[in-house]
Amino acid sequence: MSEHVVSTLRRPLIDGGKDYARVSEDVCSPIERGPTSAWYYSIAASSTVLAIGAFLVFDQIWTGIGTWGLNKTVGWAFDITNFVFWVGIGHAGTLISAILFLFRQRWRTSVNRSAEAMTLFAVMCAGVFPLIHMGRPWLAYWVFPYPNTMGPLWVNFRSPLLWDVFAISTYFTVSAMFWYMGLLPDLALVAERAKGWRRMIYRTASLGWDGSMRTWTHYEALYLLLAGLATPLVLSVHTIVSFDFATSVLPGWHTTIFPPYFVDGAIFSGFAMVMTLMIIARKVMNFEEYITLRHIDAMCKITLATGMILTLGYCTELFFAWYGSNPYERFTFLNRLFGPYRWFYYTMFICNAFIPQALWSKRVRATPWIVFIISICINIGMWLERFNIIVISLHRDFLPSSWTMYHPTYIEIGTLLGSFGLFFTAFLLFCRVLPMIAISEVKGVLHYARRPEEGAHGH
Amino acid sequence: MATELVVGIFRSEHDIVAAAKKARAAGFTIQDAYTPFAVHGLDTAMGLPPSFLPLACLGFGAAGLATALSFEYWATRIDWPMIIGGKSYSAIPALIPIGFELTVLFASVGSVLTFLLTRGLIPNPEKVPALSSLGGLNDRFVLALKRSGDAAALRRLLSDAGAVEVKEESLP
Repeated sequence: MSEHVVSTLRRPLIDGGKDYARVSEDVCSPIERGPTSAWYYSIAASSTVLAIGAFLVFDQIWTGIGTWGLNKTVGWAFDITNFVFWVGIGHAGTLISAILFLFRQRWRTSVNRSAEAMTLFAVMCAGVFPLIHMGRPWLAYWVFPYPNTMGPLWVNFRSPLLWDVFAISTYFTVSAMFWYMGLLPDLALVAERAKGWRRMIYRTASLGWDGSMRTWTHYEALYLLLAGLATPLVLSVHTIVSFDFATSVLPGWHTTIFPPYFVDGAIFSGFAMVMTLMIIARKVMNFEEYITLRHIDAMCKITLATGMILTLGYCTELFFAWYGSNPYERFTFLNRLFGPYRWFYYTMFICNAFIPQALWSKRVRATPWIVFIISICINIGMWLERFNIIVISLHRDFLPSSWTMYHPTYIEIGTLLGSFGLFFTAFLLFCRVLPMIAISEVKGVLHYARRPEEGAHGH
Repeated sequence: MATELVVGIFRSEHDIVAAAKKARAAGFTIQDAYTPFAVHGLDTAMGLPPSFLPLACLGFGAAGLATALSFEYWATRIDWPMIIGGKSYSAIPALIPIGFELTVLFASVGSVLTFLLTRGLIPNPEKVPALSSLGGLNDRFVLALKRSGDAAALRRLLSDAGAVEVKEESLP
């Protein structure tokens, strides 16, 4: 095919000169083999942490949320911090699957499946916290407008907390559907390779997918539509989360910078978590030819860019606290800088603003273990950011007589750890039962920057 | 009634696109093609019409927006009038976020269900995917032509276009 000119500027997305059958084999074989001992150790650890967390959740529901370190001044702390943290983590998956799809960033195909799975698990972790915070989670359905005999009494449609209910539940539903639609062709392939009861299960799950071109045409249209819908959706979710704070009157919360600043921070933390997981997974699952250094490089660049925007956000906040001349606002930021929680603020600044600067270096971006450490720092920094926003603004508010300190109890810390247990347990189970890489999408980009005769024939 | 087919199995997506073009030009009826991924250009080569899903999506989205705004207005103005933050009953901006979320929710759930139901994609453990033994889910590109008239010419066209194998199959 002489009309195919391969630009020397483009580099292949998938290494190792694979053909289609090889891709199926490579991605399906980890879920067809028995689990490795590393997998058993990991799931034993993560499910133990999950079990401890579940016990603590049971305890705080049984006893009441008075078991937390909250007091009259600090009414929101660990719980909401964890909620915002996990929702933020949940943003990278849809960003990779939807926004990068619309921007025709074809490298996304190697990482979108697991990033989307990660999104779903992170949103599940996030959802747990408001549920516990209700104190009586069996009445959780009260947040939805349903016909009732209490009035008729409706939820307050003008409250950001209710917007949150709609945003998070819509986000979870749409992300789950988007992910499942992407899985259909791969499930059919796994069913084709499987035998016995496994085949029955995968065949049922694949909904009878047969790879018909007539279906593919509609499928492509559907995928584009879902990407187009998920893009504004993902931006709306963290915008609405930020409204929970921004629509209040509290200094440090009541600011118009919050929506873009929250969305950017969410993408930043989400990409950090994707890299944390992917750097381990590519090694453990032998996916280094699929999730190449080039993919890590691209994700590092997005992390760096969003990190710079976030740093700009931090500086803007400080600048306007000074320039705005509102004494309460000014005090809140002085309290962040020099108050009793100052080390939390400095650590956040170092983790989110300074450490990611190392990603300017090409050598750093090409060294997975350094990127891994940076991604862990960002995860810590982004959790601290939410803690700083929530607790430092609350603990010293307008009335000095009610100033106080907040200390988490072991129950709150255990519940946070338990949510990590849930996240990693779910992710490890996902690695075992579903293809971690979008096989059909990778096949579509297999010949990117390669001559068409390469791979398809021979080898 | 079974559909009698002549299928050509190809190893590369370029060959199947070229074969589909030739088969259409020669006046044969293309039943379908089975491919491991969405081969770009094959839909036009087969002469498939563009998907109707965008239109369905628009309809569902509009329904979602209308549902959300009218319900919010009815609940907070008519059924149980409430003044929040001193705003008038008809202050629309605060109703927009939920209006947006339901637009997205209805549009995406509606489009997915429309896609699944119109393409007959429903859970069924007994259903064997059509012609799946030919490798169209894995690494082969299967072009299925309706067997009509000169079957020999059909077979020749497929093998001339680069098919590694030409077979007779039937679809139930």
